[in-house]
Amino acid sequence: MLKSSKYFRSSLGERNFWGFTKCFIEEKREDEAADWWPSWTSLRPLDVSPGYVDEQFVELEELQDDATPNFVEEVVSLFYEDSARLIHAIDQSLENHPIDFAKLDNYMYQFKGSSSSIGAKKVKTECTQFMEYCRAQNVEGCKRTFQQLKGEYTTLQRKLEIYFQ
Amino acid sequence: MNIGSGSLVTVPSSTGSWKSGDVVSDQFPVGLRVLVVDDDPTCLRILEKMLRNCHYEVTKCNRAEIALSFLRENKNGFDIVISDVHMPDMDGFKLLEHIGLEMDLPVIMMSADDSKDVVMKGVTHGAYDYLIKPVRIEALKNIWQHVVRKRKYEWKDNNFDQSGSVEEGDRQQKPSEDVDYSSSANEGNWKNSKKRKEEEEEVEDRDDTSNLKKPRVVWSVELHQQFVQAVHQLGIDKAVPKKILELMNVPGLTRENVASHLQKYRLYLRRLSGVSQHQNGLNNSFMGHPDATFCTISSLNGLDLQALAAAGQIPAQNLATLQAAALGKSATKSAISMPLDQRNFFSFENSKLRFPEGPQQLNNSNKQIDLLHGIPTTMESKQLANLHHPSQSFVGMNMQVNSTSQHNNSVLMRLSQSQPRTQLLNGANNGSQVSRLPLSMQQSLSPVLTQSGIVDNARGSVYNPVSQASSMVDFSVNQSKELQSYNFSLGSNSSGMSSLTNQGMLQEEVNSDIKGSRGFPSNYDIFNELQPKSQNWGLQNDGSTFDASLHPCMQGTQDVSSQLLLQQGISSTHNSGQNRNAPIEKPMYSNGDEIGHSNTMCGSQLNSGGGNMLAVKAERFPDADHQNTNIREQFGRDDLMSAFLRQQASVGPVETEFGFDGYTLDNLPV
Repeated sequence: MLKSSKYFRSSLGERNFWGFTKCFIEEKREDEAADWWPSWTSLRPLDVSPGYVDEQFVELEELQDDATPNFVEEVVSLFYEDSARLIHAIDQSLENHPIDFAKLDNYMYQFKGSSSSIGAKKVKTECTQFMEYCRAQNVEGCKRTFQQLKGEYTTLQRKLEIYFQ
Repeated sequence: MNIGSGSLVTVPSSTGSWKSGDVVSDQFPVGLRVLVVDDDPTCLRILEKMLRNCHYEVTKCNRAEIALSFLRENKNGFDIVISDVHMPDMDGFKLLEHIGLEMDLPVIMMSADDSKDVVMKGVTHGAYDYLIKPVRIEALKNIWQHVVRKRKYEWKDNNFDQSGSVEEGDRQQKPSEDVDYSSSANEGNWKNSKKRKEEEEEVEDRDDTSNLKKPRVVWSVELHQQFVQAVHQLGIDKAVPKKILELMNVPGLTRENVASHLQKYRLYLRRLSGVSQHQNGLNNSFMGHPDATFCTISSLNGLDLQALAAAGQIPAQNLATLQAAALGKSATKSAISMPLDQRNFFSFENSKLRFPEGPQQLNNSNKQIDLLHGIPTTMESKQLANLHHPSQSFVGMNMQVNSTSQHNNSVLMRLSQSQPRTQLLNGANNGSQVSRLPLSMQQSLSPVLTQSGIVDNARGSVYNPVSQASSMVDFSVNQSKELQSYNFSLGSNSSGMSSLTNQGMLQEEVNSDIKGSRGFPSNYDIFNELQPKSQNWGLQNDGSTFDASLHPCMQGTQDVSSQLLLQQGISSTHNSGQNRNAPIEKPMYSNGDEIGHSNTMCGSQLNSGGGNMLAVKAERFPDADHQNTNIREQFGRDDLMSAFLRQQASVGPVETEFGFDGYTLDNLPV
């Protein structure tokens, strides 16, 4: 689905015949054996699994310009670095006994902040969920949610990788 | 970058295109120098890019301490600061306060947290704006308006300086607040301002070196008469600064001037209308110090006092009736707050000596509160201590205001009697005011006290600086330090602190009340001290609400010319204070809003009663939070003050003290 035409104006990929960013189409092909996929149905890589990123991501794309052609990539890698650190810290905290919920909440708050900065919608949702369990001091809920969160995070990484190619 | 560095900056009428204050650039806001602080590297990078895209000059750092050192090394190197709320090394609000106190730069807070209390905290701490993450570039495109606005008001204040005129209060705060209020088109509408919590607020105190001398408005008898006429024409309930200003049609008079004067006037009226017997008793004793104190509260200079004295000539009954009818409950509060302010002045003097007592003040204030019932004499010393907690005084003041109808009576009485005194004071103040400022500045501690011009005479240096806006700048720095110390001493940085500070204020108020009755000088000192402190309080994260209340008090309390100065000074010095001041006025306007009144009072009063205040604060604090966001600081204070005042009401004496002019405290029977 075409969320917004501006997305397709992204300079990240070369334009195809239809004016859509080629990279998306290519991504499609790679991802879903889309050799036969009509070019006009190019979708944003992230649209393939809708909900992974939101408008904030588009904002980042718009910030990118000739002066900083790799801005989005730069930001995303910063995000990866930071989130890797947070994930590690959260993992460790969850192993501790007793669990320090305040600390967990704090970590997750940071995680939520940075994931919302890049528009990682699903990850952010998981963060919110986690924080709720944290407040309720529900250890199982936290752990479960965190696993889900990691899953979403990994998927996002995959998607973005494709996007950047 | 503040304009303040003593030079007059030509602020363009609208979006002035100036950069660090002295240069008017046509390209403004291009090149606006922004400092961004955020511990999240992703977000920091994004913000940097966005700001660059807006053609701003961006400096980023991920640590608050680093940011502060940048700012300190380069005092005029930045125009605006954007900071995250949650940071590992320092709380964003604390940073906000520091910046406000030291550099007087507009600060914008950001956070992924959009809950009301956090935003309110931003307001009360004096943030110019609060952005919710993820931040969009559109939100950043307009941040230059905060810079312009701030400068514009500073410039206006500076330019308004008239020789010998007393400043109303901190103008710095007012401008933004004013703007906020204006935009809400409802100065008297407390609720509206509350809703505007996300709007820019005045943030920082001007404690920056900008030694801008704030122009002062001398409320001469004629001017005051005009004012009173306008108020009566509109009806006390409907008298909002804007309309009053229009009716008065005095060139050069600003809304802020009118607003603070109105605050004081309301306090005065309250005092006149509802004084309890206890107060009456006290009032009697205060009669010796008549109107002067009363006037002083509202930041009137000596002349003002005269005006008030004149006003005071209105038969007590009539006035009381008028007020009772018009002001109703709020009137009581305002009236009370006014007296409180005055008291603070007195107590401030005493407290001046005690400043360093900080934490003790709370205790003292408790005692003082008791004393207030009886005789302030003993409390003086204690009050002084309490006064040190500027925030406290405010709280106390508010409380007193709220709780005392008695004050009104006493005030009224005082007014009639104070005429001669007023003149005396006026004379004293006038002369001293000017000179005082510099003195007070040195004293830094005294910031609180500068309110009463009279006090200044007596005290000399102490008072001046505080009240006066210009001096405030210096004070703010000093004050902030003091205040900070107090703040911390009072309590933790958490909101609890604010409550404490607030309480402290109350205590101070109490103390100040007691003291005020004793004599001006002491009050003033205390007041000065308290005031600045209160401001600090506001700035500090702790009880941001608290701060807010403090400022308002300050403004309102300047009965004496110095008072005005004091408030202004204090408020100006404190960024947060500033905001507070303005907001405070607003609250005052809303009838239902005790806090507003109390805020004004708070400024001057600085809590005197520690013990009571604590209790009060607890009650009031939540209220404060709900108060207008603009006032953010004020709210805290107001609440405290109201709470305190209420307590005071029960206490009795406390109120009376405030009701009486600070001057009259001397005569309080023990």
